[in-house]
Amino acid sequence: MAAQKGAQTATVSMTVNGKPVTGDIDPRTLLVQFLRENLRLTGTHVGCDTSQCGACVVHVNGKAIKSCTVLALQLEGADVLTIEGLAPPNGPLHPMQEAFRENHGLQCGFCTPGMIMTAVDMVRRKGHDLDDRTIREELEGNICRCTGYHNIVKAIAAGARAMRGSATTSKAAE
Amino acid sequence: MSATGIGAAVRRKEDRRFITGTGHYTDDINRPGQAYAYFVRSPHAHATIKSIDTKAAAAMPGVLAVLTGAELAADKIGNLICGWMIHSKDGSPMKMAAHPALANGKACHVGDPVAVVIGETLAQARDAAEKVKIDYAVLPAVADPAAAQKPGAPQIHDIAPKNTIYQWSLGDAKAVDVAFKSANHVTKLDIINNRLVPNAIEPRAAIGEYDSGAGTFTLWNTTQNPHVARLVIAAFIGMAPEHKLRVIAPDVGGGFGSKIFIYPEEVVALWAAKRVGRPVKWVAERSEAFLADAHGRDHVTHAEMAFDAEGKILGLRAKTIANLGAYMSTFSSSVPTYLYATLLSGQYEIPQIYCEVDAVYTNTVPVDAYRGAGRPEATFVVERLVEVGAREMGQDPAELRRKNFVKKFPHQTPVIMMYDAGDYNASLKRAMELADYKGFARRKRESARQGKLRGIGFSTYIEACGIAPSQAVGSLGAGVGLWESAEVRVNPTGSVEILTGSHAHGQGHETTFAQVAAERLGIPIDNISVVHGDTDKVQFGMGTYGSRSGAVGMSALVKALDKIEAKAKKVAAHMLEAAEGDIEFKDGKFSVAGTDKSAAWGDVALNAYIAHKFSGQELEPGLKEGAFYDPTNFTFPAGCHICEVEVDPETGNADIVGWTAVDDFGVVINPMIVEGQVHGGIAQGIGQALCEGAVYDKDGQLVTGSFMDYCMPRADHLPPLKVDMTVTKCPSNPLGIKGCGEAGAIAAPAAVINAITDAIGTEQLAMPATPQAIWAALQKTNRMPQAA
Amino acid sequence: MYAFTFHRPQTVRQAAGLLAKNGDAKLLAGGQTLLPTMKLRLAGPPQVIDMTLIEGLSGIEMSGRSLTIGAMTTHNDVNTSPVVQQAIPSLAKLAGMIGDPAVRHRGTIGGSIANNDPNADYPAACLGLGATIITNKRRIKADDFFTGMFSTALEPAEIITKVSFPIPKKAAYQKFRNQASRFALVGVFVSKRGSEIRVAVTGAGANGVFRVASFEEALKKRFAPKSLEGMSIPADGMNSDIHGSAEYRAHLVGVLARRAVAEAIGKSA
Repeated sequence: MAAQKGAQTATVSMTVNGKPVTGDIDPRTLLVQFLRENLRLTGTHVGCDTSQCGACVVHVNGKAIKSCTVLALQLEGADVLTIEGLAPPNGPLHPMQEAFRENHGLQCGFCTPGMIMTAVDMVRRKGHDLDDRTIREELEGNICRCTGYHNIVKAIAAGARAMRGSATTSKAAE
Repeated sequence: MSATGIGAAVRRKEDRRFITGTGHYTDDINRPGQAYAYFVRSPHAHATIKSIDTKAAAAMPGVLAVLTGAELAADKIGNLICGWMIHSKDGSPMKMAAHPALANGKACHVGDPVAVVIGETLAQARDAAEKVKIDYAVLPAVADPAAAQKPGAPQIHDIAPKNTIYQWSLGDAKAVDVAFKSANHVTKLDIINNRLVPNAIEPRAAIGEYDSGAGTFTLWNTTQNPHVARLVIAAFIGMAPEHKLRVIAPDVGGGFGSKIFIYPEEVVALWAAKRVGRPVKWVAERSEAFLADAHGRDHVTHAEMAFDAEGKILGLRAKTIANLGAYMSTFSSSVPTYLYATLLSGQYEIPQIYCEVDAVYTNTVPVDAYRGAGRPEATFVVERLVEVGAREMGQDPAELRRKNFVKKFPHQTPVIMMYDAGDYNASLKRAMELADYKGFARRKRESARQGKLRGIGFSTYIEACGIAPSQAVGSLGAGVGLWESAEVRVNPTGSVEILTGSHAHGQGHETTFAQVAAERLGIPIDNISVVHGDTDKVQFGMGTYGSRSGAVGMSALVKALDKIEAKAKKVAAHMLEAAEGDIEFKDGKFSVAGTDKSAAWGDVALNAYIAHKFSGQELEPGLKEGAFYDPTNFTFPAGCHICEVEVDPETGNADIVGWTAVDDFGVVINPMIVEGQVHGGIAQGIGQALCEGAVYDKDGQLVTGSFMDYCMPRADHLPPLKVDMTVTKCPSNPLGIKGCGEAGAIAAPAAVINAITDAIGTEQLAMPATPQAIWAALQKTNRMPQAA
Repeated sequence: MYAFTFHRPQTVRQAAGLLAKNGDAKLLAGGQTLLPTMKLRLAGPPQVIDMTLIEGLSGIEMSGRSLTIGAMTTHNDVNTSPVVQQAIPSLAKLAGMIGDPAVRHRGTIGGSIANNDPNADYPAACLGLGATIITNKRRIKADDFFTGMFSTALEPAEIITKVSFPIPKKAAYQKFRNQASRFALVGVFVSKRGSEIRVAVTGAGANGVFRVASFEEALKKRFAPKSLEGMSIPADGMNSDIHGSAEYRAHLVGVLARRAVAEAIGKSA
């Protein structure tokens, strides 16, 4: 058994942003590595190694997860949505993306993809009327060093309201 | 004010790529044939390296090279340097110890890079790194700055007896003694300004590449100042001549100072790229960043303030020990000296100030500038002394401040700085209104009914920004000038590229620099691009830190735009067959005074390039101008922050329930972006006050080595922030800008601690004021909520 | 992370067989603790046995007077389950306090209990409610299951399949977070079921989750915060680190126990 160690690769197939993808990977490949290195989808970021910062949040089967804390092999057949798939390329932005821009909910932009994916998931679970307290508690797993969160909270509240009017936008993209 | 000009809350041009995941941070870039670097770091705080055996590692699968300090020395790669000379009181120069990019013979802190493995994949490099056998002889270590100079402390560098880098002072000690002798009241405090880890969410990264045909190097690097990186790596490290090295700082995910410095890893990435003949990428893991990125603060201070019977401040004296860590980082020496003691006058008329600073080596990660850099430490000293002084003398803290404010400008402090403009009363008054200071007593009673202790704290801070006049900083020891450059390139179609030596890593320069040009040229903001962060594109620049990009970088842009306008007027004069002096330029149109003859911006741009209307002997074709701007003074942003807290006496938990900030940043280009800068600064300041702190154990191990133990402020640590501004124009630059990037981090810690100590009734509370620390402090005061 | 061989059994029996054959193998449930540990190379199991494909390990059901939760049920599912919210609202609430929303979408009850992190929340609920941990081999009472920090009564090749919670009359959980990690610096779960009173504490003890007999005795007389007035536990045996001294943790146990009882009876402390 030990002889196989490290030499072993395995095949994984999943759907990413609506497209079927397959890869031969080292079993230790995390989803975030598969996205960034195999698929060159570099919008999903890595900001820590203790599953706390949330820069890597994507949706798997419709739910927000930390892509740094799941092996790609665990997601055989899964449906993955990343920041790149949230809105059609060159098309209109997702209402949550638009809300981040409109409310200056980002500065350096590094935590932003994870913030936006978390925010969209938050709306799915908590609805369109999100108060300040709820949003701040729900952001427990996302760290931003630039904004002091003030405008992120504003952006998410506004984005949640805007998503009410365009529930189809997010559905279609998923 | 136009919709996109100066003063407009223009939405950011750079946002689209960030919100769609299409930005290009260093780790998003991959070069053909790229290999990966993994560093072997010292697990010991202080150890002699007796031997390094790389054979087993080199034999591992996928390993291209295993390199150590011996190879680095053999290749004559120079040491990292500190670029600001500080002299001790006795005139001797600071004791700068050798700092090789890979430790040679000795490791001086946990995380000190000792070897590097270059592998086909990162996993292979990391697997092999575990096979590098290093024989260490562990030495006693010292991490506490207060212990570093004591007899018997381990000696870290031979060049610095008693681990002392310099013993520096500023001010007139005798005059201060006289002032204290006449005092009616003296307030004394022992202060620890806690060590912080900057933790930009994008970890540092570097890709080195060598073109053997051309003999040129390229470095993609998470840096706030690519040109300074190039200069140091060329001139001091000796990697390549400056013209053979290109440094690119692509999208950079936050810096806060930590990405100013020239670090070992980027030097090694370049060097290894040449050694293995492949591009080499290194990306820090977060736990690696804790051991490899310069930390901030870490001062131990005793400070005293003397008051007369009315509460007028007579003098201030402070003695500070500053921990610079195991090596002197790029600008480390300036932080606890000229960026600290020069701000000890605060917003106050203080006749006499004297400050002594001892900088020491310890077996810890190097310490350098972190958001605010020296000024948060100064503000904390001054604002704690004033607040505690008011409490001890039974005076209202706001009233005591008002009594001592500088009211006439310019104002020369006893510690170098000449304050040019401000209205400290105005920001205090506005903040007190917004914070409903009058209603505080009522709110305190309400909290008491809920079993909570409520407190309020002020911080009326000042900072010196717009860093800085080159001649002035040169006389203080800086190794560089701190001007900024700009170039404006007008294309034949009339679109414009602005090249700036400033660098944005979250500040929104692509928007704000475009706003300045849009207003001046009267063209749509979408027709303007801002180019920065590439030494092949921008000729030179000093980069972004010290809240300088507006005050200095935009001033350079204004200077370049002046030249563009002058040249364009010449072109227009030929086109309109009028005298140059009769040409007026307004709203994107050149017209001949007193006539209806005019030419649009685009036509003039085109004519500048086709050059059909003038001879090349009279006027050069083209429309491109550059400028260097050297400031005439520092700028002095100032303001008032008021923090209100509620403490749960049973658990010690402090909730910040109200925050009001009223800042005077001079003229504001984009209020939306400026407010964002304030929010972020406040969060970092609150982080320092409430939860952040790098802790070393007695053996020099970093106990807080990940986000599991180092508390990063989360959204639920912070309240909604009330932010407002007052404006006094900065008289020393053309736009009247003072700068806003660091204010929050400078102001906030003192406001928080002043509020908590007000709530719990003791001044014996160190930062970070964690629930445990507050609870422990409360055990001594036994203060319980009084509803009456 | 170190290289490993990846297995995807389809049944608990296959998983147990793999465990039996490979002594150093690790079961991978939600992975929210194991994977970060492996990433930091603090753990390097040569074999990783992924539970994802095993059917029938997740789900929530009421059976008689107890609530049974499958081992692979995520924290989010427990948190949002109307069945849990009705039967043991304090358990639903506790699940919603673990990690963060993204972690709760992956992390599982079985994984958390098997790991028995001294700062985890579920061990407090299991011990505080008198749960029974059901494995592929047997049923283990919570009182016998948690045997010390990161240590349980699980034998080699034994796999948690379900956890069964008796329905309490009153119960509540109070958690005081470590500000950095967001784990429980101290967490106290209290419950009352008939004459049985339980007070279980996580985060504080140097030896993992534990019950506080003196508090339980006091609460037997009257299940009210006043019964615990002035009571605390000795600092001996408490964890001590930069986030909380033993004294502070011992103090918090008293505070949180009073608050939990108050919450359980619907009053503010």
